[in-house]
Amino acid sequence: MHNSSKVVGLPLSRIDGPLKVTGQAGYAAEYFAPDMLHGYVVGATIATGRIAEIDTAAAEAFPGVVKVYTYKNRPSAARRDSKWKDEVALPGHPLRPLDNDKILFDGQPVALVVADSFEAARDASALVRVTYAADEPHTDLALERGNSYVPPVPRMQAFMPPKPRGNAEAAFSQAPHQISADYVIEGEHHNPMELFATTAIRNEDGTYLIHDKSQGSQNSHDYICNIFSLDPEKVVVRNSYIGGAFGSGLRPKHQLFFAVMASLDLKRSVKVEMSRQEMFYLTWRPSSIQTVSLAADEKGHLQSVMHHALHATSRYEDYQENVANWSGLAYKCDNVTISYEIAKLDVSTPGDMRAPGAATGVTALETAMDELAYEVGIDPLELRVINFVHRDQNTDKELTSKALHACYREGAARFGWSERSHEPRSMRDGNELIGWGVATGIWEAQMSPAEAKLRLTSDGKVTVSAAASDIGTGTYTILGQLAAEAFDLKLADVTVKIGDSTLPKTTVEGGSWTAASSGTAVQVAAQMVIATLLKAAQKLDNSPLAKATEEQVEIAEGRLVLEANHQVGIAVSDIMSAAGLDMIEEHAKVEPDKAIQKKYSAYTHSAAFVEVRVDAELGQVRVTRVVNAVAAGRILNPKTARSQVMGGVVMGLGMALHEEGMVDHRTGRIMNHNIAEYHVPAHADIEEIDVIFIDEDDDKASPIGVKGLGEIGIVGIAAAVSNAIFHATGARIRSFPITIDKILAETSLESETLQ
Amino acid sequence: MRHFSYTRAESVSEAVAALAANPEAKVLAGGTNLVDLMKYDVMRPAAIVDINRLPLKQIEDLPNGGLRIGALVSNTTVAYDERVKERYPLLSSAILAGASPQLRNAATTGGNLLQRTRCYYFYDPSTPCNKREPGSGCSAIGGVNRIHAILGASESCIATHPSDMCVALAALSAAVEVEGPQGKRYIPFADFHRLPGDRPESDNTLAQGEMVVAVRLEGNHFAGHHTYLKLRDRLSYAFALVSVAAAMEVADGKIVELRVALGGVAHKPWRDMLAEAEFAGQPAEDVTFRRIAQRLLTGAKGQGENDFKIPLAEKVIVRALRQAAAGRPQDQSVKAIQ
Repeated sequence: MHNSSKVVGLPLSRIDGPLKVTGQAGYAAEYFAPDMLHGYVVGATIATGRIAEIDTAAAEAFPGVVKVYTYKNRPSAARRDSKWKDEVALPGHPLRPLDNDKILFDGQPVALVVADSFEAARDASALVRVTYAADEPHTDLALERGNSYVPPVPRMQAFMPPKPRGNAEAAFSQAPHQISADYVIEGEHHNPMELFATTAIRNEDGTYLIHDKSQGSQNSHDYICNIFSLDPEKVVVRNSYIGGAFGSGLRPKHQLFFAVMASLDLKRSVKVEMSRQEMFYLTWRPSSIQTVSLAADEKGHLQSVMHHALHATSRYEDYQENVANWSGLAYKCDNVTISYEIAKLDVSTPGDMRAPGAATGVTALETAMDELAYEVGIDPLELRVINFVHRDQNTDKELTSKALHACYREGAARFGWSERSHEPRSMRDGNELIGWGVATGIWEAQMSPAEAKLRLTSDGKVTVSAAASDIGTGTYTILGQLAAEAFDLKLADVTVKIGDSTLPKTTVEGGSWTAASSGTAVQVAAQMVIATLLKAAQKLDNSPLAKATEEQVEIAEGRLVLEANHQVGIAVSDIMSAAGLDMIEEHAKVEPDKAIQKKYSAYTHSAAFVEVRVDAELGQVRVTRVVNAVAAGRILNPKTARSQVMGGVVMGLGMALHEEGMVDHRTGRIMNHNIAEYHVPAHADIEEIDVIFIDEDDDKASPIGVKGLGEIGIVGIAAAVSNAIFHATGARIRSFPITIDKILAETSLESETLQ
Repeated sequence: MRHFSYTRAESVSEAVAALAANPEAKVLAGGTNLVDLMKYDVMRPAAIVDINRLPLKQIEDLPNGGLRIGALVSNTTVAYDERVKERYPLLSSAILAGASPQLRNAATTGGNLLQRTRCYYFYDPSTPCNKREPGSGCSAIGGVNRIHAILGASESCIATHPSDMCVALAALSAAVEVEGPQGKRYIPFADFHRLPGDRPESDNTLAQGEMVVAVRLEGNHFAGHHTYLKLRDRLSYAFALVSVAAAMEVADGKIVELRVALGGVAHKPWRDMLAEAEFAGQPAEDVTFRRIAQRLLTGAKGQGENDFKIPLAEKVIVRALRQAAAGRPQDQSVKAIQ
């Protein structure tokens, strides 16, 4: 298995690309069945309280309406919380749609209208009359700081802060250079292009084929079977193609529950697709308030790091993410205190959104590092370099690899960082102040348990299958590349089957772990198939491979050969026909190596360099250049990898400048619940984005050397932007998104001198 | 969306008759705003009068050097029309500062005049809104009002008019040609849109049964000194926080005639002709521009979240006047502010 890469590592186009651009890739809402019904959700218009009265008569009388469900007539479902807990459920009580009259958040489903057309269901939904007894909502995190608490049941032990080391308080007060500030990030809402949708197709025999927008077909499958006590064998869930998810699809959403509920009740196929507005009432990046205090000696060596993080959660579940622990491992420091709390608001449960925790915590840390650099009076990049650390100080483990120095070096060279003048407001072009900012990014390189099947047929072609998901990341393609590589095939000779709950078990796609996990499973399955093939070859008379071991052979040009001498070998087709085999299929199960995990921590790293231009009078910000240098182990496909990182950068620019759920705290309701008013970057906001990959040879992060790329692209971007804005304007803005009003407020005193 | 009756008008008189017959009827042209609002259940017209077949798709020369732009001419067509670019570059520029190419292709001249506010509360039928449901109250006052009015608002409504094109038309003193049951009339642009007062449900002064058939522009001498400058929360595809359409005639470094209209700040494109007149004869320089800005913003009042618009508007007016005076209009394809 040591052939030089012929497929892996090449910038190949996605194998599902032609299907997607020609409309042949079916998304969850694009399936139809005879006599299919359509469901439309009515959402609550208060944030907390209860339903006093709900009148569905007018909606029921609307032409085409088949049934209207409310808490009063909802078909029964599981009673125990444990049945409602999906694979990545949180501590707390999972939401049960239409379970009772209580309202816990704005937009909570209060009715489902089912009709014979989408239009009839939507139109009738406006006729459902709900009267509420509203309570006073609490949705402003700043006002709930006094009600914060340490989550009593950790979602993951790793999210809880490490024990303090040294004495951060004392070291802080003794250090010559100190900075301390609060950093506020408003709530962000996932808005993947594809809306959440489920098409539940009921077959004549009562079995189900369910197309669900989800980051895990098996998670959706198990969830729905548990809730409705369905025979798992009689339900298939597919998530063949996904139009973006970014974490929003990790946990099953209410449309899955509703589609299956109505289908079981009405014995018809049912489709439920969310509206764009509904997308604002589920799984969001929680609003956060962080306090970071850093201190350094005269030369900039960190003496003290204190990071306190607080973010919102719902009344019914304790959402948790790793916000602040990054501050204990990013840089060398002997005195560190990290604390982490959450506070309940009258909101829907937040959820994982691209680089959950890190995107939030590293933004605060890396803005604070920039502040410290200016306090000490050294170059912000230099401050990061001199505090470089080669060990995970939180867990006192070695790192599997950390090519961050190279990220700094090559990123800075590409960006031209050496041309930077240190002082704020010192670079200008016409009306615009120019600022250059830098930030470090970190994310975990994780591997999760995964399985895969690989089938070799006598024509030499290969089929790979696993219940993995491709949320737009390129999973189809990289799994195909790994299989093609193992069998010395063209990518076109590999069939990849994923996105189906009946396929080998796979964890939900998230955390950037899919390539490392499913990729390893495919590679191991390939090795198993080749081993079986070798055994068959060795049974042949006078087999030239009689004494070869698994390690000594590989497939080359359709033959099983000695790696050291390709002349020695047998055609795969000859082996299989001699052995009477139509195909060889093996099923691999892989999991992270616990011995390695005990000794090592694995992270991806990045260095983000950003140029902004800020109109000196008007405060308009333009991000004109981004260089993101990323060290993420082995890159399987530079094309899909680059797209991943670019997407992360764009999302980071949204966090920096645009994205914000605007809540009317009087009512606890989100008011900009559409993508005309909830801004993400438009094309005009995106100029040059340059992605650099720094190779890391790392066989410990995962057996195939992959660390994962889904999240790292966003981490640090918002901080690099805010640091660049400081460099341009001299205004330090610690509240995200950095909108024009904040810039004007912070720069108003200086504006007179500009004219 | 509620059910509605649909009529395809084959002539202007037929359309007018259909509108006059049913106070609940609405005109469908490009549909870029009306259809959206119907899907959101914000507008619930009982009847739709589709005017897309009417012969209102021409841009015609007027004898005085002006132009008559038919109500169904698309925003794109207006923006790229050679005569518009030559005689009214301000109008072309303002159109290109708005929406997206796809929307501009579908949106019409008449429809642009009639587009509704982007107030968050107007768009959410579950909230009180005097514009959507007279007498129900204004949720934006004391609420999420970052994008709301600083001028001419009332206790009933603090919404803004969202158009860019209309800001230029206001500065150019266009006239709106309407047809109704009583025949044809011309409404000066300044009188077409209304301030909210105690009737915010009425965006404009069209009478029952009247429809916009064209916009008329007089000849002018502003092609050399004008600009449309728009500040927004992202660099494209966002409504104005503050926009300024400025035009002037300058001679010997002095302002001969001044036109300034503001967008994003009021229930209508904001223009103060008395104020403009005061500055005739003044030197075209920053000191004057700042005084103009302050004069135009007299009485400006923030609502909390939008307080920043007042100082922002002052700065944007000054910069726009500087651009206009220098004959250096903002190029909408360049995101750096000139």
